[in-house]
Amino acid sequence: MIRLENVGVRYGMGPEILRDLTFDIPKHSFQFLTGPSGAGKTTLMRLLFMSLRPTRGNISMFGRDVVDIPRDELPLLRRRIGIVFQDFRLLNHLTTYENVALPLRVRGKEESSYRADVVELLEWVGLGERIHVRPQVLSGGEKQRIAIARALIDRPEILLADEPTGNVDPPMALRLLSLFKELNRLGTAVLIATHDLNLMEQVDARHMILSEGHIDIYDR
Amino acid sequence: MIDKAKQSVAKVKKVAKQQFKAPAPIVPPANLSSKALIVVVIIMSFLACLTLGFVTLIQETSKTWQNQISEEITIQIKPEEGRDMEIALLDAKSLALEFSGTLSAEIVDKTDTARLLEPWLGEGFNMDELPVPRLLIITIDKDNPPDFDSMRKTLAETIPNAYLDDHRTWVGRLVSMAQNTVFIGVGLLSLVLVATTLTVVFATRGAMSVNHEIIEVLHFVGAESSFVANEFQKHFLLTGFYGGAIGGGLAAFVFFITDIWQGASMATALNDQASALFGSFSMGPAGYLGIAIIIVTVAILTALTTRITVIKTIREIDIVRSDPARSDLA
Repeated sequence: MIRLENVGVRYGMGPEILRDLTFDIPKHSFQFLTGPSGAGKTTLMRLLFMSLRPTRGNISMFGRDVVDIPRDELPLLRRRIGIVFQDFRLLNHLTTYENVALPLRVRGKEESSYRADVVELLEWVGLGERIHVRPQVLSGGEKQRIAIARALIDRPEILLADEPTGNVDPPMALRLLSLFKELNRLGTAVLIATHDLNLMEQVDARHMILSEGHIDIYDR
Repeated sequence: MIDKAKQSVAKVKKVAKQQFKAPAPIVPPANLSSKALIVVVIIMSFLACLTLGFVTLIQETSKTWQNQISEEITIQIKPEEGRDMEIALLDAKSLALEFSGTLSAEIVDKTDTARLLEPWLGEGFNMDELPVPRLLIITIDKDNPPDFDSMRKTLAETIPNAYLDDHRTWVGRLVSMAQNTVFIGVGLLSLVLVATTLTVVFATRGAMSVNHEIIEVLHFVGAESSFVANEFQKHFLLTGFYGGAIGGGLAAFVFFITDIWQGASMATALNDQASALFGSFSMGPAGYLGIAIIIVTVAILTALTTRITVIKTIREIDIVRSDPARSDLA
């Protein structure tokens, strides 16, 4: 589904942040991405989300070379990817429900067609009682769960999550992990960037370790 | 256990259904920046509409001056020892009406003559104590005017102290002055419109700068550029229209109030002077049409600037995508 070949990224004239990355993310796969702070995890996530282009090498997304994808087609391809940003990126003037429903709304779907799904998902992530609340009054963990729900609402082909359990307590982290596993069981490929080794031990999944710009992959 | 969970989900759905309202707009409602934009739009639309109103007023007044003066000639009779002024005026009137091309003649009576002189001599002066000349206003056929030279000659023979003024010198000067005034007015209007355009464009860009993150999030959750641009454009079109309507409405109100004041203070020296210079302050259909055009233009300008800003922001996000070194744009 996604394939990287000899990919390198540098910002301006600085050193390469990522070097010679070659790996693929197959359909229905589950993997963790880890590594020390500053190793380039977020940059790699941006590459996979097509918000950054490599300075060298090739990336193929859904069978197409990212360099050849016209700008107008990017939003349509991004609809096949669910992303959880480390800083949540919620819209503060919208309620929990409206934030989660946003991807469906921008696709032009009728509100009545997705209301029950959004409510059910919010119940799943433990926010059933916080549906009409705005992000300003929510805790970091609650915001994170909204961001996760927003990424999952349209059943993407791949989920990219940057530290999705960084702000929640261990029981909620496990609950979210079970949600990711369920999603994966239903056919979505999952890539979770995390520092949480305990979380990684909970799933028998591929481990991708980034260090000094290189990646080491341990299949299980 | 499963039944309990199902009941719980059903309960939440029921509660949620009861509380649902129409979804909030994707573009946030008025924040500080968009409130400032509304104020800027109000002020600039008000100034533009006011300037347009004055230019229309001057143009209309100058036309009226030209028409009135070219439709009238005046016979002025100076007082003379032993000559009855009223008889002289009647003689001049019948003499003028004998000429082909004269339509009517009206003697300016003592009261009106006194009113004409009121700004210089004040109220309550005695006309008989001063050697005040008297006027006879003759309306002529503009397309078929009388022979002025012949009329002048006959008048000089019959009433030696009478003087015929065909206003040609005045008309020439007034036409030139009116043209200059309208030219200056159009110049001022152009400057005000350029200032309005620039101010509205920069204020809109300022109001849009706080929405960068919203545009980015919408772009990343799969919204197409046209969708994002349309959402913001709709919002700011209404903002521009709202501000423009208030500003234009205020300008129309100023003209309306001035017109009322003019009506209420009729026959006073101040009003006579103002009316002589500017005519009526009431706005004609052209003035209201101009105000409507300015309101619509300001709204379109605001919407268009918003659209360009949104597309530029999305383009910047894509520039960062293709050139990581340009992360300064993000």
